[in-house]
Formats: sequence, structure tokens, C-alpha cells
Amino acid sequence: MTTDGPGPLLRCTGLTRVFGQGQHAVRAVHDVDLSMRRGEIASIVGESGSGKSTLARLILRLLAPTAGSVMFDGRDVTRLRGFARRRAYWTHVQAVFQDPFGSFNQFYPVRHVLRSALRLEEAHLSRRERETRMTAALESVGLDAGSVLDQLPHELSGGQRQRVMIARAVMVKPELLIADEPTTMIDASSRANILNVLLDLNRDHTLTILFITHDISLATYVSDTLFIMQGGQLVESGPVEQVTRAPEHDYTRRLFADTFSLHGGSWRGAGGSAA
Amino acid sequence: MGAVSDLLVADDVRAYYRHGLGGWIRAVDGVSLRVREGEILGIAGESGCGKSTLAMALASVARWPLCVKGGRLLVEGRDVPMEATQGRDGSHRGEVVSMMPQGAMNSLNPTQRVRDFVFDVLRSHDPGVTRKAAAERAHERLARLDLPARVLDAYPHQLSGGMKQRVVAVISTLLNPRVLIADEPTSALDVSAQRALLALMVQLLEQRIIGGIVLVTHELPILRNVATRTMIMYAGQVCETGPTEEVIFSPAHPYTRALMDATLVLESATKRERIEGLEGGPPDLSQPPGGCRFHPRCPHATEVCSRSLPPTVSPSPEHTAGCWWLAQSEPPTAAAAGEGAVDA
Repeated sequence: MTTDGPGPLLRCTGLTRVFGQGQHAVRAVHDVDLSMRRGEIASIVGESGSGKSTLARLILRLLAPTAGSVMFDGRDVTRLRGFARRRAYWTHVQAVFQDPFGSFNQFYPVRHVLRSALRLEEAHLSRRERETRMTAALESVGLDAGSVLDQLPHELSGGQRQRVMIARAVMVKPELLIADEPTTMIDASSRANILNVLLDLNRDHTLTILFITHDISLATYVSDTLFIMQGGQLVESGPVEQVTRAPEHDYTRRLFADTFSLHGGSWRGAGGSAA
Repeated sequence: MGAVSDLLVADDVRAYYRHGLGGWIRAVDGVSLRVREGEILGIAGESGCGKSTLAMALASVARWPLCVKGGRLLVEGRDVPMEATQGRDGSHRGEVVSMMPQGAMNSLNPTQRVRDFVFDVLRSHDPGVTRKAAAERAHERLARLDLPARVLDAYPHQLSGGMKQRVVAVISTLLNPRVLIADEPTSALDVSAQRALLALMVQLLEQRIIGGIVLVTHELPILRNVATRTMIMYAGQVCETGPTEEVIFSPAHPYTRALMDATLVLESATKRERIEGLEGGPPDLSQPPGGCRFHPRCPHATEVCSRSLPPTVSPSPEHTAGCWWLAQSEPPTAAAAGEGAVDA
């Protein structure tokens, strides 16, 4: 699964997930076609409840789709039976989630979090190899391994914790990283740092990144490609310059209009789609 | 202390947390501010700078281990206690000042319909109120704010996050408080819901249901769009305050400049231009640095900054900042004589 084939790294076709049954059925993800080429950063942007996170969980194979398929590196991973197969898949696809507080066991130091991630590897690593991998991963996200490894989660800031989570994910050397709202709970003034870590990993390690956010300004900062999602469907997709310059779908235009801008006219009570 | 038109005046507020090992964490250390009638005062700064602690003191909901160690809070010239001591008459809460807390989405009771929750809130201030009267009052308020009355019959889980947050805004202003203290009300919402909530807050102000708002947020673009004046806090103190346009577009204090430079905005779009976020974090407030509290992170810090409190500099009549570097680079007439914390 490590061949650098010309095909897309990830291709979802007709991906659908329905929760509930009959009258109460909710189509969280509806007929989504999405493809990512190797080495790109793509963002899925949409409001709460648009199905972004469900889509991420389908791609991660944490959730089984109702219909459609997920192809990863030319291989069909839609029906991975058994935990062992999914575990093998997770050495290629890793994720970072929203809450850098909830992702830690507060009683264990950072070293423990990272070491347990290395268990995904099938080969047994020596102590020294483990240390080298952990140190390299922490350094790739801009943290000082010497001091961070033995710290407890509460001794780190939110931004540092989120960087540890990214280090944990990239230590496994995945080809695809799914970052689901990694900056939402981070201070506005350190969000750029997290996004820069993603940009650097993409540049230095040619990591393919799928970034999920409700904030289109963050998405335009990091992405090559934008996927706009509403009500479980992709309503618009394209290169970031194109979507930013000439958004085609009404919902995309609304997202841009609703985002608070720093420059431009002051709003105070007028404009937008405040409904 | 404050002009007649000042709705809320806080003077030299000190709110400390009692540390488990003894000692105090000086989360709010000598903050003064005022809110005028019809005004939204924005408070910004990194996490851990005391914004939420200040909000709790202003909303008079401070409780152990948070202790108010000094200062005064006046609303329309009347003293309001900042601590929520048990047994004390709490009627000013909700009637004079009201708090819209962080994560208000989870402030509704999941086992109650909204109207029963409204009844409980009203009954705690007016024991004689009937269920019918409470529902009518909420109904009337929702209609006035163009929100659907059906939310009264809903359970919280039946409402979207944005709608829940607006319902909480309506309930926290049901008793027509003079001042609404909103602590990060938009942080859990997507952009469209953020805009709707802020529109509602402006509407509450314009319809004179409330007199003024203190809006705590670290989103500078939001303040730029709704706040009349903006105050920047660092390590429990005010470092700069002034009209929002001036604070954001011509920041004086090095900390405000750093915050602005670290802010990602829509206009900075695309990977072409790299924005560096702020490194490090605010200091440990159980032992804050001496002199100017920002000096360990400040690019302009000199020896004097670590030694004594920065003087107040005033770039324009309404705009003040506390900084040695500014005082030394500005013409001497612009630097005010007094030393000490900046007043908002």
C-alpha cells in the first residue's frame, strides 16, 4: 500500500450513511464523491450538523457506510472485517480530533500517549528506536522532546496538547492525516501555529491532509482544494483560488458572507444572513 | 469615579483564586473599566489572562475558591456585590447584571422543557409568578425578538446549538438586566450561528431591553464587527483600551500588536502568506512577573520594564495603553504623568 501510483490516494464514491430507520432516518452523509491526490491539503467546510465529522469517521473506517465505497491507494477499504484489518489500515490513515483535553488520559505523561500509538506498528521496536521516533515526531511539530515527554497533560497548554496529538498521529508515518476541527478549542492567537504545523508536515513529509472545519477563513489559509458540505452533501468543490474568487453555490457564498472579517465595513446589526 | 452616563463602573477589581497549597492565583489584579449606556465593551486576550474571571466578578457570581479581594462594582451608581456568598440576597443577579456563561448550550436542563426552565428562573425572583404568566412573558419576549415561540415547548436536545444559545440569551435577559456579561458566547457555534447570536445581542441593546454588554472573546474579527470599545487583558491586568477601530487597526501596546499579527482572517486567505501565531503563553499568575507583566515575552522590553509598573500612554483621548516602550518613544506630552494600571 505504499506505492506512489498515479491514481488518487483517496477516492470516495457514492458514500452514504443513514442513522436511524424509517421515519426517523437521518441521511448524515448523502452520496458523497470525493477524491484526494497524494500530497494535497483539502478542507471540508460546513456548518454544524452538515455531516463533516461523519464523513471523516467513514473515511477512517470508524463507522461503516450504508452505501458507497472508500478506496485508499487503489484498494477497497469499505469492508474491512475485523479489528486487526482496520488497525493495519490506521497505520496509513491517522486522525486528530477537536478536543485536545479529552484525548488524553490525565494520569499519564506524554511519553505514554506516544508509546501506545507505536503499538499500531506490527514490528517490535527497540527502546532506542521508540525514543528516536517519539523525539523526531515531537520535533516535527515544533515541540522540545526533552521537556515535553515527561510532562503531564495538565502541564501543557491547549495548543501544545494539540501538537502532541498531531505528533502522535504522524509518528505512525501515515500517508493521510484527517484533522477534524483541530483548532476550534485553541486560542485564536495560536491557531496559526497549529495550521503551520500541518503546512510544514505537508511540505516536508509530503503528508496528505484532510482538514475539517466550519471556519472557511482557516480552510482557505491551509488548503489546495475546498469541499463545501451542506446537509450531508458536497455542494461545491474546487481549487481554493477558484472557490474563493467565484463561489458558485449559494451556501458557499453565505459561508463567506457570514464569516466575520477584520477589514471591510463594520457590521453591527446589518448585513449577513443572520437568520 | 466615572461620569453620570456610565452604566457600569468597576474600579480596581482584584479577584484571586485560593491555591490548594496555600497562596493566591491573581487572575484579575487591579482592573478598572466602565461601560456606557448602549455600548458593547469587548474584552480580548489569550486564554489564562483573567477574562472569564473578570466576567464572573462583574456578573457577581464569583464563588470559592474565587475570592474578590478588592475593588468596587457600581451599576447606575449603585454598589453591586461581586461575590455570590450563600444566603445573601441574590436578586440583583439577573435583574441588575446577568451572566451568559461560556458553553451556555449546556446550561439548559435536559429533562425540562424550555418553558418549565423559564418558570423556575422567574419564580426564583418572583415567588408569586404563575406558570401561565411566566410562559406569556417568555412568549412575548420571543415574539419581540423575532424568534419562534415553539422553542418554549421544546426540550433542549430538540434545538440546534445556535438556537439553544439564543434561547439562553433570551432567558438570561428575561428580567431586563441593566448589563449582560457574555463570556465567549460564540465559541461553540459555527459562523452562521455566531452571526445570528450577535445579531440578537445587538437587537437586545437596540430595543433597550438591556443597557450594555460586556463581551468576552478572543476572536478579534467579532469585536471589530460589534464592539464599541475594546479592552485587551494580559496576565490579569488591562494593557490597552480604546475605541475598537483604534485598538485593532492602530494598536499601541506590543501585546495587542502581537495578537493582531497572530490573527488569521479571511482576507489573509491562501497559503501564500504565512502568519505566525503567538508562541508561549501568559505567566503563572501565582507569581506574576514584576514590573510590566508582558516584559518576558515583549520584543521591546528593556531593563526598566522588569523593574517598575509601566506608565499610561494615551495615543488619543479615549485610547490608553500601559507601556514603557511607548512612553519612551512617544513625545513626552503624550505620556500621562500617572503610573499604574490602565483604566478602561
